[in-house]
Amino acid sequence: MTEKTTTPKVILEVKGVSKQFPGVLASDNVNFDLREGEIHALLGENGAGKSTLMNLIYGLHRPDKGDIIVNEKIASIHSPNDSIALGIGMVHQHFMLIPVFTVAENVMLGDETVKRGSLDRAAVAARINEISKQYGLDIDPNAIVGDLPVGLQQRVEIVKTLYRHAKIVILDEPTAVLTPQEAEDLFRIMHDLTARGVSIIFITHKLKEVLAVADRITVMRAGRVINTVNPAETDSAQLANMMVGRQVILTVDKQDHEATEEILKVEGLSARDQRDLETVHNVSFSVRGGEVFGIAGVQGNGQTELSEALTGLRHPTSGKVTIAGKDLTGKPPRSITEAGLAHIPEDRQRHGLVLSYSITDNMALCDYYRPPFSQHGVIQPKALDENARKLIQAFDVRTPSAFVNAGKLSGGNQQKVIVARELSRPVKLVIANQPTRGLDVGSIEYIHSEIIKMRDRGVAVLLISAELDEIMALSDRIAVMYRGQIVAVVETKNTTREQLGLWMAGAHVETA
Amino acid sequence: MDWKRFSFIGVIIVVLFSLVVMVGQVKQPPLLIITSMLATTIAVATPLTLGALSGVFCERSGVVNIGIEGMMLSAAFFGWLGGIYMYNLYGFAPGVSIAVGVFVAILTGAIMALLLAVLSITFKVDQIIGGTVINILAVGLTGFLNRQLFFGKGSVFGGTVPASPGVLPTIHVPITELFTSICGTSATCLESVKAINRVFDQKPVAISAILLVFISHYILFNTRWGLRTRAVGEHPKAADTVGINVVKMRYANVLIGGMFAGLAGAYFTIESVPSFEPLLTNGRGFISLAAMIFGNWTPIGAWAAALVFGASQALLINMQIFRDVIPPQWSFLQESYIVGLTPYILTMFILTGIIGKTTPPAADGVPYEK
Repeated sequence: MTEKTTTPKVILEVKGVSKQFPGVLASDNVNFDLREGEIHALLGENGAGKSTLMNLIYGLHRPDKGDIIVNEKIASIHSPNDSIALGIGMVHQHFMLIPVFTVAENVMLGDETVKRGSLDRAAVAARINEISKQYGLDIDPNAIVGDLPVGLQQRVEIVKTLYRHAKIVILDEPTAVLTPQEAEDLFRIMHDLTARGVSIIFITHKLKEVLAVADRITVMRAGRVINTVNPAETDSAQLANMMVGRQVILTVDKQDHEATEEILKVEGLSARDQRDLETVHNVSFSVRGGEVFGIAGVQGNGQTELSEALTGLRHPTSGKVTIAGKDLTGKPPRSITEAGLAHIPEDRQRHGLVLSYSITDNMALCDYYRPPFSQHGVIQPKALDENARKLIQAFDVRTPSAFVNAGKLSGGNQQKVIVARELSRPVKLVIANQPTRGLDVGSIEYIHSEIIKMRDRGVAVLLISAELDEIMALSDRIAVMYRGQIVAVVETKNTTREQLGLWMAGAHVETA
Repeated sequence: MDWKRFSFIGVIIVVLFSLVVMVGQVKQPPLLIITSMLATTIAVATPLTLGALSGVFCERSGVVNIGIEGMMLSAAFFGWLGGIYMYNLYGFAPGVSIAVGVFVAILTGAIMALLLAVLSITFKVDQIIGGTVINILAVGLTGFLNRQLFFGKGSVFGGTVPASPGVLPTIHVPITELFTSICGTSATCLESVKAINRVFDQKPVAISAILLVFISHYILFNTRWGLRTRAVGEHPKAADTVGINVVKMRYANVLIGGMFAGLAGAYFTIESVPSFEPLLTNGRGFISLAAMIFGNWTPIGAWAAALVFGASQALLINMQIFRDVIPPQWSFLQESYIVGLTPYILTMFILTGIIGKTTPPAADGVPYEK
């Protein structure tokens, strides 16, 4: 590469860094550099080693080999204290905020301003207001963090790094929890930061964002850096190819399909969460056989409680749920399952699998109590084994044997076990909640194709997802959920990403 | 701490006090009964208050401490033993021996807490099991040593329990002296002032317990130490990412908690009565835990809750005094085992959460894995 004289200086450099974890080489001779005032995107799938690399830079782990060079000096980073002192700040994917603390308390934690032995909250609040004004962040220092929406919590995290005079800010998957509009806001803030000399490492697996916002892009796969490119010289397909290591079909192959009779009917459904707040409010919709009905929405707008109320895991406070003409409101999960429901739950490790059970046992969780799996109340191991062997093959579960504990499998294979168990039964309705969250591209493609297969077989599919792209690719009709209500229902072909984004952000719904 | 909780506490205390006044007024004027009840309440609430503070520090930093009972019991024994050794074997003055006893009690609490810390923080043992280990260990250790040292053949003290150096003295607050002039010659006024004075004349551990409540509250909510303690108890990873040493913070707070429990132990054998008997803590460590929970993990709230339990014990003590004047239709109050149930019934009632749910620190009881 030819360096021009105008090229800004390199502020952070990673040279030949390797890190071995039990069973995985998470970083394999990684080279990476960050220039002053640039947004450098780090692109890769889950498990590609992006977060490991950042944890090494931030001092949460120590590299086995290689150097990290900050401001042209080899830095020895043993803990976050060292990296903070070097001017490195990190915004973690799962926010490192304490919900019961105020913004000021969260920001000052670890770097407290103390006056005569007690916390000087006023001085900290003044600093926060100053930073907030400077970068247009609009944060109230006295608000309780747990009461703030996710987008604002993220800004608190950014303030936290700026409060510590960070010159390098690492953003780990910052857009995962944001609406498209909130993401736009974040990008504006990122540009404001770089304009003032802050350099940003932007970690993501979303191609569109990278192309929109990054100055340079580094792609990682399986612990290695594949390439560093300029956004002007590349496109989505090429980046996807580098990420996955093979040609990727970015769109779901889906033929038009005629919807049949109504399978799931929800009327005026309301439900409360564990804090006793009504998070699902008077929701009505119906899903017909042979269609995928997508529910879009930012996480935490009642989707979890809705799917729990539909699958019998949560008692609705009012309303009616009918599946294939049968009233199943408030019935236990077994009755609903026997009425023809396949449920792919949001949290696969807590609600989808018994992690300490073998794959064989997990494959029979829905039917273990009846023939052929049980005869006269006694489990029939032979029938279980046969079932598992058949499903492992049919659904391509990668495992050394059927006796391996489900907890030992990778996320993608765990999800395949659930999909195999649920979709291999004669069902009428599939409720899939965040079915591809955290999975690799291969598994995502596979699960998408299985969902479309069910639809083409005339099964009704209710798809709940926070990934707008997934909703748009799979659904025939889309409902948008905002603060516990369905604010819009549209045919997929009659809407746009932008329109859905506005609804997800709670923009007023036109009468159309 | 919400108004509902505080009013519940107020109502229970008023009910308990009224009951005693109703029964006892034929024998003593109400003011005298109330002040004597108050004085007893504050005194007997002392170990509960300190035990609850012990729990607050441990659990605010994320370590569940059900070993308070065992820490108190062993501190009570070793503190008492320390005093006896100093007084009898080394011939120190009673005052010095008692002071050493208190110091040994606090140290014992800290050592037991260190055991809990090593088990639950370093080895990540289930914290309920860690606490149970301490409770069982304390019962066995104190029972065994008590027998071996004092009652066994060829034991150190040859089969007799030696004279103890006594108990901590009451600190007189000169309210009577200050207000005598105001009363002039009125005898009733002087009587009242004297009665009120009794509430304030407490022993050192009781007084320090109250001071420690407010000091702890201030530390927990207004200092750097408190902010960091609460942070590691709520979200240790978040604390770690801003450079706070989670393990150190937890160790330190568990040790502080142990010292509080140790001081509570000193109350039993060095402040209240100068003797030890096996199992003398009698579940008060667990009632402290209930007070801590009911106080929503805040020092002042826990103290208020401890006062409720103290009041119910004061009820038991005062009912003994007025035994012979209890009206026949209330005769069940003569049975000390019925009245004695009050604190335990209150505990169960309070823990059902009818008076509003409390929220523990989010990472309470969860070992920190990097």
